[in-house]
Amino acid sequence: MKKSVFIGTLAAASVTASLAAAGTLDDVKAAGELKCGVSTGVVGFAAADANGVWGGFDVAVCRAVAAAVLGDANKIKFVPTTGKTRFTALASGEVDMLARNTTWTYSRDIDLKFDFIGVNYYDGQGFMAPKALGVASAKDLDGATVCIQTGTTTELNLADFFRANNISYEPVPIETNSEAQAQYLAGACDVFTTDASGLAATRATFENPNDHVVLPEIISKEPLGPLVRHGDNQWGDVVRWTLNALISAEELGITSANVDKLASAAGNNPEVNRMLGTEGDLGAMLGLDKSWAHRAIGVAGNYGEIFEKNIGEATPVGLARGLNAQWTNGGLIYSPPFR
Amino acid sequence: MSTITDPVQGGFRISMLLYDTRYRSMTIQVIALIGFLLAIGWLFGNAAQNLAALGKPLNFSFLGDTAGYDINQRLIEYNSQMTHGRAAVVGLLNTLLVAVLGCITATVIGVLVGIMRLSKNWIISKIMTVYIETFRNVPVLLWIIMTMAIFIEVFPKPSDFRGADAVASMKLFESVAVTNRGIFIPSPVFGSGSMAVIAVFILSIVGIFVFGRWAHKRQDETGQILPTFWIKLGIFFIPSIIVFYVMGQPISLEYPELKGFNFKGGFHMRNSLIALWFALSLYTAAFIAETVRSGIQAVSKGQTEAAAALGLRPGRITSLVVLPQALRVIIPPMISQYMNLTKNSSLAIAVGYMDITGTLGGVTLNQTGREMESLMILMAIYLTISLTISTVMNVYNERVKLRER
Repeated sequence: MKKSVFIGTLAAASVTASLAAAGTLDDVKAAGELKCGVSTGVVGFAAADANGVWGGFDVAVCRAVAAAVLGDANKIKFVPTTGKTRFTALASGEVDMLARNTTWTYSRDIDLKFDFIGVNYYDGQGFMAPKALGVASAKDLDGATVCIQTGTTTELNLADFFRANNISYEPVPIETNSEAQAQYLAGACDVFTTDASGLAATRATFENPNDHVVLPEIISKEPLGPLVRHGDNQWGDVVRWTLNALISAEELGITSANVDKLASAAGNNPEVNRMLGTEGDLGAMLGLDKSWAHRAIGVAGNYGEIFEKNIGEATPVGLARGLNAQWTNGGLIYSPPFR
Repeated sequence: MSTITDPVQGGFRISMLLYDTRYRSMTIQVIALIGFLLAIGWLFGNAAQNLAALGKPLNFSFLGDTAGYDINQRLIEYNSQMTHGRAAVVGLLNTLLVAVLGCITATVIGVLVGIMRLSKNWIISKIMTVYIETFRNVPVLLWIIMTMAIFIEVFPKPSDFRGADAVASMKLFESVAVTNRGIFIPSPVFGSGSMAVIAVFILSIVGIFVFGRWAHKRQDETGQILPTFWIKLGIFFIPSIIVFYVMGQPISLEYPELKGFNFKGGFHMRNSLIALWFALSLYTAAFIAETVRSGIQAVSKGQTEAAAALGLRPGRITSLVVLPQALRVIIPPMISQYMNLTKNSSLAIAVGYMDITGTLGGVTLNQTGREMESLMILMAIYLTISLTISTVMNVYNERVKLRER
């Protein structure tokens, strides 16, 4: 029994490895479906609604890519992955791309053989605690019990933070965000730690969000972005420039409202014309048609629109743009030019 | 008149391998073996080649790298600056801990339930039937998660113990704190002179065994039976207690106290350990109960009646006649129940218990991206544990099984 399982694993590994070698762009076109790895449910970033339709900030990237490549933002198979299963799912070819609040780190990029194609959210790890606990700073947490999702960079940051400040803690490892919420709300742990955006999203689902505070310390840099397998540069370019198109669109003032009008005829901004295919043929260089960027932006608008609709200040998640404002507004969001 | 001629003594020909029934089966087996080995070789070669193509050839050096993550329950010294290999050992010890605890409680509960299910009392036997059927027929993962959920929601949080009008209070003369983070119990603190007490305690346990053998021998020779249970109980407690007071009470208890966020001091049995242990024990006990019941029912009623006719009392009938015969039936399936419990303990991460699957197969796998290597080591470890259990239990089985003369 043991032996047969082992052989089965080897066989599965060898089959999937050979799949991964083919061109992902051609595979996606042939399948007529984009397989996108998302999280198991973080409100605002990736969550299925009552009808089972996926939506959110990360999901929007998947939809834009599907629209650019397949011409239909709904031809997507969403594969929910946990912090533990996500990399195996991508490496084995179970998903074509991963858009799942994944931190871009050196070892993931180099050693795990992935390509991060950009950053769609600049984040940092924070702590959330009940107001009743009376904690003002993360440095007061000596001896606290900390709920933490396993298989994430947060686990390593947490160990580093407490070691650097020479204080002790009790880690409670948890598999999914919903279990972490249950334990935190029942008081089985004092604080909950994850990326600050995730904390805001989690707090938004609480019955009384105002009973909980996010502590001021941000203990790490967490640039979150979509990623693809290393070695398939064509596919990497497709995903990278789809994200850049969404970002440039905001900078150039292309919105879901005016994109159809701007794409119908060449205007007086050459970059807009190049992007939307009314001048030159940038799409052909990517292996796509002329209006790929038009379709990508047409799904849910530009980066700023997607941000405001899913996680912006008007939503329950309520995140300010902060670092994620355009570079022209003092943020870090910046796209290379379309030229 | 006919002459009898010997059959022709022809030499061995290659074709005989196929057409001669004496050799044919061996030929087929050799061909099948070669085919099997080739298939395995191809699978291994293909996996190695594809991993190399991915740029990830098999490499176990990650076990020597710094782990960088913390583990809450550590049976040996460990911190985040130690290696992945060390973290794996910490996880392995946690697996063994819950497996050993689980096997012991599952056996105790299982044997009791199995016997009670045969009870003539209708209510008891039916309650046991309901218990066995509900636990056997629901996946163990659900039991583990449900135990944990109940644990977290029902028991008070540490902050409930705080303040003048605390909602919760400590149990057993203010010594045990039952919280939803686990149970805190007093731990012994060994002062000077405690070695003498421990030595006497170990000696008295040895003494119990020596006395047991002596009493047995005496019974064989003279036929007299001593009240061994009470004498053994006396040997267990009295010398150690006397030495404890003579040495001036060198061993004291450290009581858990609410300090800061949590209780400090004493042993902390984490909620994850208790939930996992409890769920695995109850689940496996249901199977063991059925094994015990079938073992007891396998002993023919005539044996009991014959023993009763010889004048043995009911307790002695069970221990001397029924159980020794029932054990022969019970032991072999029991081996697989112990192995099942150990393998089921790999579901530990569902409640955040850091066993070997949680450390090596979880965080380490994730942080290093070495899926193939981690899983190969994991499989080898579970295989080793299972084979060890099997070997030990088979040795025991050899001792109790029917000796045919």
